[in-house]
Amino acid sequence: MKEKVEGIKTSLDSDLRSITSLNDLGQLKSKYLGKKGVVTDLTSNMKELSVEERKEVGKIANEIREEVNNKLNEKEEELKNKELNEKLEKETIDISLPSKKFKRGSRHPFNRIVEDVEDFFVSMGYDVVDGPELETDENCFRLLNLPDGHPARDAQDTFYIDEEYLLRTQTSSVQAREMQANKEKTPIRMICPGKVYRRDEDATHSHQFGQVEGLVIDKNISLADLKGTLELFAKKMLGENTSVRFRPSYFPFTEPSVEVDVSCFKCGGKGCALCKQTGWIEVLGAGMVHPNVLRMGGYDPEIWTGFAFGTGLDRFAMFRYAIPDIRYLYTNDIRFLEQFDRKDEENEIK
Amino acid sequence: MKLSRKFVSDYVDIDVDINTLAEDMTSIGNEYDSCGKLIPATKLIIGEVIDCHPHPDSDHLNVCKVDIGSEILQIVCGAPNVRSGLKVIVALTGAVLPGGVIKKSVIRGEESNGMICAISELGLEHKFLTSKDIDGIHELPQDAKVGSDPIKYLELDDEVIDFELTSNRGDLLSILGMAYEIGALYNKKVKDIDLSYESTEEDVNNVFSLDIRTSNCPLFLAKKVTNVTIKESPAFIKNRLIASGIRPINNVVDISNYVMLETGQPLHYYDANRLGEKIVVRMANDGEELTTLDGQKRILSNSDIVIATDKEAVGLAGVMGGLTTEIEEDTKDIIIESAIFNATSIRKTSKKVLRSEASNRFEKGLDPKRTYMAIERSCHLLEKYADATIVGGIVEYKDMDINDRKIDITCEKINKVLGITIPEDEILSIFDRLGFTYTINKDLITVVVPTRRIDISIPEDLVEEVGRIYGIDKIQGKKLELPVKPGNCNKNIRLIRNKLASLGLNETLSYSLISESDVHKFTNDEFTHVKVLDPMSEDRNTLRYSLIPSLLNIYNYNKARSNHDISIYEVGKGFYKKDNEYYEENKLAILMTGKYLEGISSMKVDFYVIKGILEELLEYLGYKNRYSLKIDNLPREFHPGQSASIVLNGNPIGIIGKLHPSVTKDDIYVIEINLDKLFSFKVKSMQYKELSKYPAIAKDMAFIVKKNIMASEVMDVIKRACGRLLVDISVFDVYEGDKINSDEKSIAFTLTFQDQNRTLSDEEVMDLFSKAIKEVEVKLHGVLRDK
Repeated sequence: MKEKVEGIKTSLDSDLRSITSLNDLGQLKSKYLGKKGVVTDLTSNMKELSVEERKEVGKIANEIREEVNNKLNEKEEELKNKELNEKLEKETIDISLPSKKFKRGSRHPFNRIVEDVEDFFVSMGYDVVDGPELETDENCFRLLNLPDGHPARDAQDTFYIDEEYLLRTQTSSVQAREMQANKEKTPIRMICPGKVYRRDEDATHSHQFGQVEGLVIDKNISLADLKGTLELFAKKMLGENTSVRFRPSYFPFTEPSVEVDVSCFKCGGKGCALCKQTGWIEVLGAGMVHPNVLRMGGYDPEIWTGFAFGTGLDRFAMFRYAIPDIRYLYTNDIRFLEQFDRKDEENEIK
Repeated sequence: MKLSRKFVSDYVDIDVDINTLAEDMTSIGNEYDSCGKLIPATKLIIGEVIDCHPHPDSDHLNVCKVDIGSEILQIVCGAPNVRSGLKVIVALTGAVLPGGVIKKSVIRGEESNGMICAISELGLEHKFLTSKDIDGIHELPQDAKVGSDPIKYLELDDEVIDFELTSNRGDLLSILGMAYEIGALYNKKVKDIDLSYESTEEDVNNVFSLDIRTSNCPLFLAKKVTNVTIKESPAFIKNRLIASGIRPINNVVDISNYVMLETGQPLHYYDANRLGEKIVVRMANDGEELTTLDGQKRILSNSDIVIATDKEAVGLAGVMGGLTTEIEEDTKDIIIESAIFNATSIRKTSKKVLRSEASNRFEKGLDPKRTYMAIERSCHLLEKYADATIVGGIVEYKDMDINDRKIDITCEKINKVLGITIPEDEILSIFDRLGFTYTINKDLITVVVPTRRIDISIPEDLVEEVGRIYGIDKIQGKKLELPVKPGNCNKNIRLIRNKLASLGLNETLSYSLISESDVHKFTNDEFTHVKVLDPMSEDRNTLRYSLIPSLLNIYNYNKARSNHDISIYEVGKGFYKKDNEYYEENKLAILMTGKYLEGISSMKVDFYVIKGILEELLEYLGYKNRYSLKIDNLPREFHPGQSASIVLNGNPIGIIGKLHPSVTKDDIYVIEINLDKLFSFKVKSMQYKELSKYPAIAKDMAFIVKKNIMASEVMDVIKRACGRLLVDISVFDVYEGDKINSDEKSIAFTLTFQDQNRTLSDEEVMDLFSKAIKEVEVKLHGVLRDK
C-alpha cells in the first residue's frame, strides 16, 4: 500500500512537470481522480478487507486524494494565469496611435458672453427678458424720451422697415416694454441681452451687434447703487482687479447720465495701445431713469426711481478672447469657431 | 466742435495746459477726439534769403544762403518764387513736419541744411489755403524779424481741442458757451463781449420789413449796414476760423462765421440791394425751385422753411442761402438775419440738402438772447473790420418766451439721486460757478437757469449739473440692497446650444439681414418678407425668414478657404409679415457636410448622421416618441428622396434633409426647426419608471418587402400587432442584393417583449410573433424571410 502511494506521488510530480495546458491537466485529473483513476483504484478492493484494514486504507487513500487534489488545483491556477497572461499579451496595442476623433463642438464667443452676463445678473435676482428685434419707433425712441426730430436720433442711424417699424438700435427698447407690461407697477429688476442694428460698419462697428440692457426700478435707487452694481459686473466680466470710473454724459432716457469706463484689463491702468494710453476703456452708458421715461412707462417719478445701463456685448467678447476685429465674430470661419471649444475660466468676486 | 484756445481766452482765463484742459472738460462730460497745437511743426525759424542762385546741376532748384540770425545756412530750394531778399519760414534740420523729419542732406552735390517752407507744409489743411500757399514758399512781410518764431509771427500759435459733444449741449457749439463751461470748471468769471457800435439816425424799419408766415420761425431779427468794404479779414479772424475748421473767404463772410462761432447763433448776410425791402418767411410750396449758393438747383417741399421775397424763395432757412442774394465782391449794403427756426424742420431739410455748421446749431436749439447778441456783435465787427455804417433800429419779429427758466429743487433730492451727501453750501457754490442764480426758501432752492442752457428744464437736470461739477466719479459705489428674489432665465435655447456643441457642432453667429433673393428659399411657407427701407447693400436688404441661407453662405465662405468638414448650427430669429402684422420666431438651423468622425476610422455625414443629431436633440428636450418624419410638401431646394418634414404631435415644426443638387453639388444636410412651435408643446417632468422584475424576451425577424416600403411602416404594423407587451423594436439589418428580387429589400428587426408583472410564456410571445408576421403579410405584402 505504502509503495503504491509513494508511486502515485512520484508519478504525479513528474506528470505535473511535463504538462503545459489546461487540456493536459484535465487528462491528469481523470488519470488520478477519475472513476478508474489510480487514486480511486487504491480503494477498489475495500470490500475484501477487514474493518480495521478498511479504516487504515481509507485514511491513507483520503490523505493521498487530498494531496493530489491540492496539487492539481495548484497547477490549474498556474496554468490559468499563464494562459491569461498570454491572452493579454496578444491583446496589447500601440496606445500611441490616434484616437477615434469625435468632433469637438464649440460655443460662439458672443453667446458665451451673453450667458455669463445672464448668470451674473440672475444670481442677483434679475430676470432675463427677451424683446423683439423688429421694434416700433414708439418703444425704441418715443417712449425713451426721444421724440421725432430729436438730435440724439442721429447717433443711431436706423434701419427703418416702414414709418413705424424699425430694427431696434438699442436694447433699451425693452425698458419701455417691461415698464408697460408690468400692470401692477411693481419693482423691476431685469436685463435684456440681444441683437441690435445700426447703419454703420467698419473694423470696430458692425451693422449688427449685441447689447445688454439693465433696468432696476424701485424706491430710493441712487447713482451710487448703479455704480456699485456696475463695479461688480465689471469685476465679474473682466477680473477682480477691475475698477470703474463714471463720467457725466447724455442719454435722452436717463438723467443724470454717465459714461462708464473700466480700468484697462490689459495694462492694469498703466496705459497701453488698447486703452490709448489713458488706462481706461469706455464700455458702458448708464444713468438714472429719466422721469419722462418713468412717467411714460406708467411709473410715478415722485415715488419710483431707477437706474438703467446698456453695454455692447461684442466688445466684451473681443476683450475676453483678444479678438482684434468685430467682424471676425460674424465671419464664421470654422478655424475661428473651433478655437472656442473649451470651458471658460470664471472670475470669482467677493 | 473745435475749440481754439486763443479764441476762448478772449472770454475766460485758462491757467492750465491744453491737455489738462481737455481731460478736465472730459471729467465734466465733454469728451474730446483730439487735442494739441494748431501747427504741430517744430524747429521753425524766420530767415532771410540773402543769396539765391541756380543749382549748377538742376533746371528748377536754387541754392540759397539764408540768414537765420545766429548763422547763415545753405539750403537747396525748389520753389518757383524763391529769390534773394525774401523773408521766409525755415525748418531747421531736425524739424518735425507732417511730411517727415528734416535732415541735413546733399542734393545733387549741394549741401542743404534745412528747408524753406510753404504754409501747406506746416500741416494746415489745403482747404484753408490759397493755391499760392500750396505751390510756393510763404513770403513773409518785410517786418518779420529774422531769427524769431514764424508761427507766433503769423499768429498761428494756437492750440485746439476737438470736442465730441453730446447732442443736448448745443450751447457748447459756441466760444461763449465753452467759456461758461470752463468758467464753471475752474471757478472763473466770464468776460463781457463787446457789442458797441455807432449807428445812424435812420430807422431800418422805414426801409425794410418782415412778413413771417410760419410758426416755424418764432424769432427773426434784421439789421441793415451800408457801405461795407469787402477785403481780406485780419489775421486773427482768419486764423481763428481756420482753427475752428472754417475756411476764410472775405471779411464780411468771415465776420458772419466768426460771430456764429462766438455766440452759437448762425447768421445770414444778404446783399441788401439784391434782396429788396422785405423778407418773407414761409414754408416752401411743393415743387418750388431754388438755386442755392453752391449753384445747385433744389426742388423744395412744404416741410422746408424758406426765406423769400414777395416774388420768390431766396434761401433755405437755416441751411443754405440762395445764389441771387449772396454777398459778392461788389456788395455795399447788407441785411443781417439773426433768427431761430424750428429745429425739427431744419433737421429734415438739412438731412436732404446739407449738414452745415449753421444747420447743426439750429437743430440743437438756440438761446434767443444770443439771437439779439449776435446781430449786435455783427454790427460791432462790421463797423470795425469792414468800415460799415450801421443803420439805426432793428426789425424784429418775436413769438416766443425769452425769459430764464426757474426750477425748484432741494438738497435732499440731489443727494438722494446721487447717493452721496453734498452739503448745501457746496451745492450753492456749484450753482454760482455755473452762473445760475437762486433764491432759498427753507429747504427749497429756486434756481434761475439762464436761457443759454436750453438743455436744463427739470430738477433731474440740475441734479446732473451738481453731480458733474462736484465730480460724478467721487460717488462711491454701494451694494444695492433690495429684497432677495429669484432671478428668472429661460435656459431652453442655451441647453440646445450646449447639446449641439457637445455633439460636435460649431456654433455660428450670422447677420439677420440677407439678400431679398434668398428669403423665400428652403421653405414652402407663405409669408410676406420684411425689407428694410434704406439698406446698406443689396446683399443685406431683407430680414431672413429661414436661417439656412445664412448657414449655406458660411459653408461657401469656408469651402473657399478649403475648410470642407463643416458641422455648424445657429439659433436666431426668423422674421415675416402676415396680415399687416410683423412676426419674429426663434429658429434653429443645422448644416452638416464632410467628415463627422475624423482620424483612421472616419465617418462622413449622411442622412442618418444628421437624423441622429435630430433624435439626440429632440429626445434630450423630452420629445421621445412624439415626433416623426413625414415626406410631403418639400421645398424645391431639398433632395426629394432624402428629406422630410419634422412633425411633432401631428404638427410640422421643421425640416430635415439633403440639399437639392440644383442648390449645391456638395453633399450638404440641413435641419431647421421652429423653436417657438417646438416649445409650444409642453413636456412632462422627468420621472422614475419602475424597472420590471421579470425577464425580457428578444426575438429577431426579417421581412422581404418592396423597396418603396419604409422600415417605419413595417415597424408601425408590428407595433400595432404586438401591443403593449412589445417594449422595444429596432432595425438591425437591411439587405438588398442577389439573394432577393431586385425590386425588394429585406429588413431585419429585433423585438423585445416584457411585462411589468409577470414572466411571459414562450407561447404568448410566439402568438404575438405570428400575429405580427400575418399583419405584415396582409397590410404590406411582406414575406417573412427564412434563415
